[in-house]
Amino acid sequence: MNYGDRQNNKKKYLTMQAFLKGGSTFSKNKEKTAPTTSKDAKDLKETKKHIPWVEKYRPRCVDDVAHQEEVVSVLKKSLEGEDLPNLLFYGPPGTGKTSTILAASRELFGADLVKQRVLELNASDERGIDVVRKKVKNFSQLTASGTRPNGKPCPPFKIVILDESDSMTRPAQAALRRTMEKQTKTTRFCLICNYVSRIIEPIASRCAKFRFMPLSVKTLGDRLKMICEKENIQCSEEAMTALIDTSGGDMRKAITYLQSASRLKVDEEITKTDIFEIAGVILDEVIDQLIKACHSDSYEKLGTCVKDIICDGHSAMQLITQLHDKIVQMEELDDKQKSIICEKLAIVDKCLMDGADEFLQIMALTGVMMQQICHEQK
Amino acid sequence: MSLWVDKHRPNLLNKLDYHKDQATHLKKLVHGGDFPHLLVYGPSGAGKKTRIMCLLRELYGSGVEKLRIEQHHFTTPSNKKLEISTISSNYHIEVNPSDVGNNDRVVIQELIKNVAQVNQLETSCQKDFKVVVLTEVDRLTKDAQHALRRTMEKYMATCRIILCCNSTSKVIPAIQSRCLGVRVAAPAVEEICKILQNVCKKEGLTLPTELAERIAKKSNRNLRRALLTCEACKVQQYPFSGDQDITEPDWELYLRETAALIVQQQTPKRLLEVRGRLYELLTHCIPPDIIMKGLVQELISNCDGELKIEVVQSAAYYEHRLQMGQKAIYHLEAFVAKFMAIYKRFLEDGIADLF
Repeated sequence: MNYGDRQNNKKKYLTMQAFLKGGSTFSKNKEKTAPTTSKDAKDLKETKKHIPWVEKYRPRCVDDVAHQEEVVSVLKKSLEGEDLPNLLFYGPPGTGKTSTILAASRELFGADLVKQRVLELNASDERGIDVVRKKVKNFSQLTASGTRPNGKPCPPFKIVILDESDSMTRPAQAALRRTMEKQTKTTRFCLICNYVSRIIEPIASRCAKFRFMPLSVKTLGDRLKMICEKENIQCSEEAMTALIDTSGGDMRKAITYLQSASRLKVDEEITKTDIFEIAGVILDEVIDQLIKACHSDSYEKLGTCVKDIICDGHSAMQLITQLHDKIVQMEELDDKQKSIICEKLAIVDKCLMDGADEFLQIMALTGVMMQQICHEQK
Repeated sequence: MSLWVDKHRPNLLNKLDYHKDQATHLKKLVHGGDFPHLLVYGPSGAGKKTRIMCLLRELYGSGVEKLRIEQHHFTTPSNKKLEISTISSNYHIEVNPSDVGNNDRVVIQELIKNVAQVNQLETSCQKDFKVVVLTEVDRLTKDAQHALRRTMEKYMATCRIILCCNSTSKVIPAIQSRCLGVRVAAPAVEEICKILQNVCKKEGLTLPTELAERIAKKSNRNLRRALLTCEACKVQQYPFSGDQDITEPDWELYLRETAALIVQQQTPKRLLEVRGRLYELLTHCIPPDIIMKGLVQELISNCDGELKIEVVQSAAYYEHRLQMGQKAIYHLEAFVAKFMAIYKRFLEDGIADLF
């Protein structure tokens, strides 16, 4: 009896500890702590609910990173040598840039040391020149020991991760230059960005560059299916294709959509329309109707059609993206006409970004389309 | 006595009049006691705020309806003092950060941090998170939106954010992908008719179907406007008659007259007159983009098919500049001048063709 109690307490302690250490160890120890008392299990379940799946299914080791074979093989080689160059990762969002470096640093240092050895700075943290000068510099100047607390060896450097570094100001980037070179003994930098062209040349030349590709349909499908199985979600084939199509190779988007859909439809099968609704995609019929209105050569018809679309709450940005796909495939237009329309589309896109009125802009765009479709053929 | 719009606002998810499927989905969503960050979008008067309040009530019970107004003070890094008023209950706080203009980033960071740092003591009988409702997110600066993005992830455990905006075009994709989007489409004309009838029945009035339809059509699928117009009609004349006048706001009439003046004559002198009228509208706090849209609508109905496209093109062009620029009057006037030029050329061409 007494012994059993103690055992229980110990398990509770383990759970607590696992919980305190954060996400990484948490999921590893989950199996071990599973057979605890029912109350604990319930607690666990509740805390689990708050974790976005994007975090939950983040790759834990470099091998888990999907689809980026080239990067992974290079990283693995350098991990064997327990050393890293300065890194520059670039590529579209949701391709695993942050996940890769987090996984790599976890493999290098182990879960315990990661907190001490890695400084992660994000676009939303203050990151002007002051921060680079003080925080980054101070952190990188500290020497790291080559042994762990338990005496085992570990790489003698720290990692600074600068996420979304394309939004860093130029002076801040320039301030980083010298710091990067001076502290090579103690610190490795990893810059992550979407557009490599926004990183100033001196920084780019100090790093090993890696490009991250958008994920293929198959990789996305495999991962999503895996998550569906683990979370016990029913998702039709159609919905899965819709999910992959709308995500456009962005894993984070796909997983977030899947999670939102599963929250909305508890215990029901997720359908194609659900995914479209969550992703804010406009149904094909609506777009077809708009194009039909363009064919009618009547301003009034077009006007009511556009007004209806906007009243239904569809976003103009989404509308022009989808319209673009349609226009490129339209057979009745020749190349010149298409290019005229696309040019207007680009202008409208810029205007919308600047905050111009949606109705007027869409009318201007569809007006050009109407002219091209109905009048240039003569 | 409160306005009908407030008096008859549904406060439960199952009492909503339209988009019932969506309501059941939302109900399921909060049924589990937890929900992701939400992004509610749709045109004005479609019932976004109503849905948010219903959702909160479903979540926390009637306690959310005890509202109070608070003043919050913030200081920017450059030591400027900001003041913003919020509406809050014990469970949620509602704020319109774009009230403070360019410094909205500070408000977002500080306010959400304040709310999120307070943990609920007793998690067994209360929800362990609070809700922050941010309105007019599409008017936030890019800076503030970027700040929001990290904040949203960081304080996921203690606070949920509901964003409310008219269009997702101006919300950065990073925020969109972190939220569950809820699209609230404007009610159809028939739905508005039905609601008007219901409200009148509750008020003990009879509303002729004709009038209801006319009001609904006039309102441009904006339910709030329809209800307000209906109430105004009641004040004006009761019992209702099917063909009674529906009063329109003064400025709309004024705008219509202005448009008529422009079409009548295209001379520099007339332009000067129109300028005065535009100033008059601006000084009465009619937003310039609404003036522009109203003008376009009126002018377009007065010209020929081919011209229409050209006019819309130039309207889009000047409206864009209006958003970018500082002084609205220049751009409004430029548009009027442009329209006059187009119209006059068209008329002269027409006369030349005759001979």
